[in-house]
Parts: sequence; structure tokens; C-alpha cells
Amino acid sequence: MSATLTPPAAAPPTPDQPGRDGPGRSIASIPRWAWALGVVVLWVGIWALTKGTDTLALAGREHTDVQTSLGRFRDDVLAGRADNPVIQLTYDLGAWFTSVVDWLQRMLSVPDFPRPVPQVGWLGVTAVATWVGLAVAGWRIAVLVAASFVSFGVFGYWSEAIDLLIVTFVAVGVSVLIGMPLAVLVGTGNRAVNAVTNTVLDIFQTMPTFVYLLPIVLFFGIGAAGAVVCTLVYALPPIIRIAGHGIRNVSTTTIEATDSAGQTWWQRLTKVQLPMARKTIVVGLNQTIMAALSMATIASYVDGPGLGQPVLDALVKNDVGGAFVPGALIVVMAVMLDRSTTAASEYSEMAARGGLDLRLRRIVLAAAAVPVLVALHLSRTYPWAAELDDPGWTPKVADAVDGFFEWFTDTFRDATQAFKDLVSAVLLNPLQSLLSESPWWLAGGAILALAFVVGGLRAVAPTVVCLGGLLYFGLWHDAMVTLNMTLVGTVLVMLLAVVLGVAMARSRAVDVVLRPTLDAGQTIPPFVYLIPVLALFGPTRFTAIVAGVVYAAPVAIKLVADGVRAVSPSTIEAGRSTGSTRWQEIVKVQLPMARASLVLAANQGLLYVLAMAVIGGLVGAGALGYDVVLGFARSEEWGKGAAAGISIVLLGIMVDRIARAAAHRSGAPAAR
Amino acid sequence: MSVATEKETAAATSAESALSVRNLWKIFGPRADRIIGTPDAQLSRAELKAKTGCVAGVKDVSFEVAPGEVFVVMGLSGSGKSTLVRCLTRLIEPTAGSVLIDGIDVTTASDAQLRDLRRNRVSMVFQHFGLLPHRQVIDNIAYGLEIRGMKKKERRAKAEEVVSLVGLDGFSHSYPDQLSGGMQQRVGLARALAGDPSILLFDEPFSALDPLIRRDMQNEVIRLHRDLRKTMVFITHDLQEALKLGDRILIMRDGEIVQIGRPDEVVGAPVDDYVRDFVSEVPRSHVLTLKWVMREPRPDDSMDGPVMSCDTIVRQAAKAALASEHPVRVVEGDRVIGIVDDDAILRVVVAEEEAHQ
Ligand SMILES: Nc1ncnc2c1ncn2[C@@H]1O[C@H](COP(=O)(O)OP(=O)(O)OP(=O)(O)O)[C@@H](O)[C@H]1O
Ligand SMILES: [Mg+2]
Repeated sequence: MSATLTPPAAAPPTPDQPGRDGPGRSIASIPRWAWALGVVVLWVGIWALTKGTDTLALAGREHTDVQTSLGRFRDDVLAGRADNPVIQLTYDLGAWFTSVVDWLQRMLSVPDFPRPVPQVGWLGVTAVATWVGLAVAGWRIAVLVAASFVSFGVFGYWSEAIDLLIVTFVAVGVSVLIGMPLAVLVGTGNRAVNAVTNTVLDIFQTMPTFVYLLPIVLFFGIGAAGAVVCTLVYALPPIIRIAGHGIRNVSTTTIEATDSAGQTWWQRLTKVQLPMARKTIVVGLNQTIMAALSMATIASYVDGPGLGQPVLDALVKNDVGGAFVPGALIVVMAVMLDRSTTAASEYSEMAARGGLDLRLRRIVLAAAAVPVLVALHLSRTYPWAAELDDPGWTPKVADAVDGFFEWFTDTFRDATQAFKDLVSAVLLNPLQSLLSESPWWLAGGAILALAFVVGGLRAVAPTVVCLGGLLYFGLWHDAMVTLNMTLVGTVLVMLLAVVLGVAMARSRAVDVVLRPTLDAGQTIPPFVYLIPVLALFGPTRFTAIVAGVVYAAPVAIKLVADGVRAVSPSTIEAGRSTGSTRWQEIVKVQLPMARASLVLAANQGLLYVLAMAVIGGLVGAGALGYDVVLGFARSEEWGKGAAAGISIVLLGIMVDRIARAAAHRSGAPAAR
Repeated sequence: MSVATEKETAAATSAESALSVRNLWKIFGPRADRIIGTPDAQLSRAELKAKTGCVAGVKDVSFEVAPGEVFVVMGLSGSGKSTLVRCLTRLIEPTAGSVLIDGIDVTTASDAQLRDLRRNRVSMVFQHFGLLPHRQVIDNIAYGLEIRGMKKKERRAKAEEVVSLVGLDGFSHSYPDQLSGGMQQRVGLARALAGDPSILLFDEPFSALDPLIRRDMQNEVIRLHRDLRKTMVFITHDLQEALKLGDRILIMRDGEIVQIGRPDEVVGAPVDDYVRDFVSEVPRSHVLTLKWVMREPRPDDSMDGPVMSCDTIVRQAAKAALASEHPVRVVEGDRVIGIVDDDAILRVVVAEEEAHQ
């Protein structure tokens, strides 16, 4: 997950030196970019002659054989619900999740028949949540929690917000139950165990979130079951990876010293490894919660309950005002969860270190429990405490937001339009024609050649496999369109990342201002980014690209900033002593030496933008993302949707492998 | 000493030994166990590494430690000291050979027996302390007692006694990172002592400390040894420390024993250039006894000089010897075995002065 990336150390300065296993070795004097340029020139040349032939574009309702057989596979699975034990098991699991969520909903968020309201009303839930906040993280967090819950109520999204929390926490609970034993295995197991889990987790994390949905819904059903399962699958890797890392990195001296006292395996785990890794484990938990929240919102695509639904409904109708309030509440929830888990870890550290007066704390908590119990009772007895009267703010806010965006787009229409036109004319359209109007053999060959140039031999095999897969699943044309959006988005991300990253690295002030914003940006579920961007650019592919850029920028900027800052000051000083200008210093010293971070940032940028380009299929981005959405909506399109999902994975793996190979050649550790 | 006689003495003494190590091997690397017994085992470390990819950490090491003895193992970095001491309680699994502690065969012990041994008989102090950062000093010290299943009150009371033994009064409720390095190592020492083991193992416990603190801690160990009379195996690469603490010293190189002997034997009769190099910086008058500088008595020797035991250290004898007109008569029991004249003393002391200029 993005926040856990370790910035790579600055690579040794090897600008202009060809890589170890690339084409540069044979003809050492020609730099890599010249090779790439050569490939592109050749590509354009052949494209001009063959344009429009063999593009493999599929018409709206057309299916290839592979897609048809995927559709048949789905029908078989559905038919097998009666007698296939595997499918029965998954459906039973799904039903179990549904009943848990259902029960919690009747307790907290929906009327529990014959009661006209849930068992516990808003006042009771808010009071209990506030008390929990007070107990685990102190009064500041308690205030934050109370304010957040009240805001869910007064804006009229109480039950949706609580549903989102329910799905998130059921998924997080199961993730922890499954993830902690696996983390212990990763942390204490041998190298082979580690290598296997790492590879599996890598593949999971390369997959854009959206892709999980189709197969999971097939096996677990839609609604709460599908939402919990895909949320839990998405939320599992961070806790395994981060907690496992923490356990593995417990000082070997301490383990040896305590082993020498004669402890058992279990004593070592519970008294040494877990307590010493506690901080890291909490970071993993925080990441897992944040991942769960972001996936739980996206699960609204498969009818998952929660705040994602009103956002999605509004987005489909292009109703920015309507999406704004639930979107903002998702952000409120993200901030609340992030701040609470972080503060809880600091607070418990303080308590363990004797920094808190434990007796006083117990008294305060006991005293605070009294009004909480009263509130609980009231919320079960009196309608006013069970359900908050909607003061009707939401429509007003929606109107205001609509008004604002109308004014904004009117006023800045020229500017946004000019930006859109510029990017379209300079990047988007030419690249799109090149990628999607080339015959498949030309585009494929060119991609392969470029992969070899930037990534060396190591990139060739995965590229061949992925391109072959794209061909096989029959959505080559759509894949090229999605790839185009991804590449253009990544170029924009890198522009931002280099400019802002260098500024942050060179100026403390910029860093102090920007970093908290970026940190906050990273906690917001990506889905929400679509809302303001949609307001600015309408339902076009441009919206998906810009939302992707906004989503990917924080990670990329931070990676570049950390990489540039890691360039040793003595090298910079040496440069300065030769009288280089500031521009020369940046271009000739800092950026080349931070090359590894730049590559890593580009890799992350690619994956993030790809994820967004897919989610944006719904708001005009078309191509693979749209195919997937259509697969949800119409059963006869399921096969095509599944093929699109697999194609997205293949695209993701391909760009990731090429970027990793490039990173490897510039001496950077592989991206996570 | 021939191999045969060494074996015999080992067999004869192991009954009374606190610790007895026989033909111990540790080879790191794949299929290490296949190497022992083949001609490859005789290769030097570098050759073995080149040929098989394995590293011989400990090579055919045998020695005995008597109860109450302080046995020092020293050698350059990488000579296999840490590996050796970890093999004693199987923190590293030995490849071959046997280790007997209080007559119990450690190498064949079951997991439960091994835990019992680590809990009750042998404790270890580590170079980098290895304390638990999330526990107070008192709970770090009580850790060994805790995993034995002792009740909290009882173990804390017991740990509190050890706290004052190592001079940490008043710091029981601090956390390790609030203490200086020297104090942290006192905690390490206290933790090792809390279980009242019969053997203490030290792996370079003071090399991370600065010189003054190190001297304090050495004196602390000497005091504890005097008071508690525990058997100690002490790893160091500092010869001064070895000579100061050790009853006997084992010198290792590339995993093999080069020499075992009392401090004066090592300094007085180094077996080869490696050991000679090691001891060349040592002030010989501080280590050598009169036995090493005396000559055969001759009939014309004066019989009026002072009488001294052959175990007297030269430096301590020097003043009286130089003050007297007559040469010193060196005795073992009540038999005169040699004569030390002013020249012999000056040779040792002056040679040292020159060496230090
Ligand atoms: N786990 C291991 N795998 C492979 N080789 C090892 C391992 N542990 C130690 N060695 C090798 O065994 C040799 C002895 O190492 P050891 O740590 O025992 O030396 P040492 O005498 O304690 O050195 P120092 O004074 O630096 O602590 C070294 O050459 C080391 O490289
Ligand atoms: Mg060592």
C-alpha cells in the first residue's frame, strides 16, 4: 500500500552508462532514449502505411469464442450451485457473511421489524463510538469520532454510513483473523515461504481493485456477501505484508538472548516477537482498515451496502451535487479511521510507558460510561434519540455545490477547455491513434521492442506473455485504448511528481505545507476523486485520466521528494563547488541520482492511473472499464466483462514488470 | 601433547568438569554434515569455501572447564568464537561432536531437556545486550523466571535482589532505552544471574562499551566471580581483558584451537607466530611469573637472597629482588627450583620499555 513504500536509496550516479543486459551493451555509445526514439519513429512510419487495418476492434455486441466460453463457464458455475461442493461452500460462506452484516444492520442501521427503527438508535451508536474513541485514543479522538458520527446523521446518510462501517469492519475482522497467522508465518518462516507469499501478494496488489469484483460476485453472490469478500481480499495483503515484515525484523540479538533463557516457541512469539513488532503491526492494521474502506465503497458496483451507493447513483446520472455530500462523508470517515488508529497506537505506547495516569483514566472511563448507558437506553426508547430528524441540509448543499461548479466551470471554461484540448491534441489523440489504429502486430511488436529497450531482457518474457494473453481474450483494441489513458495519465503524474517532488526536496517550507496534504490525499478512497473531476470535465475519458492523476500524484510526489532528498549532500556540495547553477544542479546531479526513485514513482503512477482508468469506465472512459461494468449489468455480457477483467490484470502485470525491470537496471529495489 | 594423551586427560577430568567439549564442529552451508570425516574436512577455511561453498565456523574443538573456573576464548574477528559459544547451548546447532554440561549431554538432549538446561543451568550475556525494549528493567531481569512459570510477585522480588547485586538500585522501573550502554549491560548481566545458573557464558559483553566503563564492568565480573564462584566462559578479542579475567585462555584462529593455557603460558610460550603477534603488545612483567625468567641454580649461587614462590608475577617480585644484593631463590613447595637475578628481571622490564617506545 502506498503509505508503506520505503523510498529507495539514491542509486549510484551512472547517467549515460548503458544497463547491464540491454541493447546498450552491444552498442555502448547509443543511449537508451535514442533506441526508444528509434523504435517510435519506425512505429510511426509503418503506422502511416497500415493505419486502420487489423486493429481487432470488436463491435458493441460482438463476442469472440473465448468470451462466449467464459460466459458459459459462468452459467456452469451458477448451475453448479445445487451440486458442486466448492460452489456450495462459497455460497454458504457468502450467506454467512450476509447474515452477519444483516444482523449488525438490524442492530445499528436499519429498522428491525417489528420495530420501526434499529435496536440501537443514532444517539446510542454515537455515544458508544465516542466512548470507544475515548478509551483507545484519548479525548481529542473522542471529539473527532462524535463529530463524524453526528455529521453522518445530520446530512441524512446515517444508515448508509453505518452500513459502510459494518462492511468495513466485518471485512477487517476476518482479514485480521486470516492475516495475522499468515503474517506470523511470513515473519518466522524460512525464505521459501516468504518468496511464495511475496509473489502471491505482489500479484494481488498489482491488480486494479475493480477486477476482483466479477469472479467474487460469481462465487459469493452480490450484495453484502460479495462486498465483504472483495473488501477482505483487498484488505488482506497489507496486514500480512506489513505485520510479517515487523515480526521478521525483530532484533535477532533479542530473540537469541531470550531463546538462551529457554523459552518455548509460543513464548517467543507472544512475549518477544509480537510485542516488539507491535508498532509495525498497528501500521499494518491501519493500512488494512484504509484499504478496506476504499474497497467497500467501490463494492457499491456490486450492490454492496454503504455510502458508495449514493455516490455511484449520482455519478451515473452525472449529478455532481448529489455525489458531493456522500463523497464528503466518505472522506470524513476515512480521516476519522486513519486518525483514530494512528492515535490509538501512540496512546497505547504512552500507556505502556507509564506516560498516562492509569488510575485516573479508569475513573474517567467509568464516569463516561454512565451517560453512554443513558444514551443507549434513550435511543432504544424515544424516537427522537433513535432517528435524527433530517434538517434538509443535503439538498441545499447539493444545490450550492452545483451552483459553485456551474460558476466555476463557466468562469474557467476557457482554461479547463484549453487544458483538455492541449492534452488531447498533444498527447491523448496522437498516442491513441498510434496505439489503437495500428494493426495488432505492429502495436504489439512496438510495445515489445520498447519493453526491451527500457527493461532489458528481463522485461521481454512477461511482456510477450501478457501481450499474448490480451490477444487471446479478444479485447486488444479496448486494451490499447485503456493503455493509452494509462500512459498519458502517467506522463502527467510524472510531470507533477518531478516539479513538486524537487520543490519539496529543496525547500523545507514547501515540504511542510505539501506533505500533510499528500498524506491526507492518500487516505481518501479513490472513488471519491471522480466527483470533483467529473464536475470539471464532464463524462469523458479525460475525467478518468485526471482523477487517476489526482489519485496517483501523492505517492509519486512523495517518492520523488524522498529520492531527491536522499542524494548525498556531499555530492551536491561537490557540484556546487564547481559553480553549477541551480538548474544544472537539479538536472545534472539530483534527478539523475534519484533516477531509481523516479522509476519507482512511475511504476506506482502507472498502476494507480490504470486502476482509476478502469473505475472511470462508468463516467465516460469507456474501453475495458466499461466492458467490466457492462458485465455486471447484463448477464449476456458477462463473458466479455470477465475477459476485460483479465485483460486489465494482464495490462497491470505488463506495465509493472516492465517498470520493475527498468528499476532493476537503474539499481532500484523493486516496487511494492 | 599427543592426541592420545589429550583424550585420556579429557576422559579422566570430564567427570568433575562443569563443561566438557569434545571434537565439536560447526560447518555453515548446504550438506555440511557430509564434509566431516572426508579429506575435505582437513582443508583450510578458504579452500573449503572455494571447494564446497561451506564455511567452517568451528573445527574439531575440544576443551574442559573446571567448576568455578573462568575460561576465556579469544581470537580475531571471524575466528569462530561466537559460533563456538552458541554451540554450547545449541543456539546454533553443532554439526558434530559433543558438549557435556554438568554431565548432561547437550547435543543429544530433547527440546524439553534443552529448555530445562537453558532455564536452570546456563545463562548467557550478549554483546548487544538483547534486552526487551517494551519491558521495564525489572521485567527484563525477571524474564527467565517468567518463562519458567514463576508468579509475578515472586519473580519480581527475586529480580529485585539481583538488581542491587549488579548495582542498578533505583532503575528497576526504567525502560532499557533510558539507560546508558554500561547500565544496559548490567541489566543483561542481572538477567543472566537471576536464574541462578551454574554456568555463565559471555559473548564479548563489553566490546560495545567505552574503555572506562569496560574496566568498571570487568571489575564487576571479577567481584561477582569472587562472590558467587560461578563457572564462566568468556569470549573476547581483547587480550588485556583475557589476561585480566581468565584462569585459562583458549586462542582460536579460523575455527581451530591454536593454544590453550594459563595467561603466563600463553605469553611466555606462544606456540606460533599468530599467538606471538597477539601477545607482543602485552607488558610481560605483568603476566609472566618467576618460573618463566629463572635459571637453573648453580652451586656458587648466593643463598642469602629472598625466597619467592614460582607463581609470583615478575612485576610484584621486581622491587624486592632489585633491592636485595643477592639473587632471588625461586621455590616450588619448599624445593628451590631456580634463581632469578637482577639481570633476568631487568631483561623483562627493560625489553618492555623498549617495545613501548
Ligand atoms: N549463519 C552463518 N552462515 C554462514 N557463515 C557464518 C554464519 N555465522 C557465522 N558464519 C561464519 O563463521 C565464521 C565465524 O563467525 P563468528 O561470528 O563465530 O566469529 P567471531 O569470532 O565471533 O567474530 P567476531 O569477533 O567478529 O564476533 C565467520 O567466518 C562467519 O562468516
Ligand atoms: Mg562474535
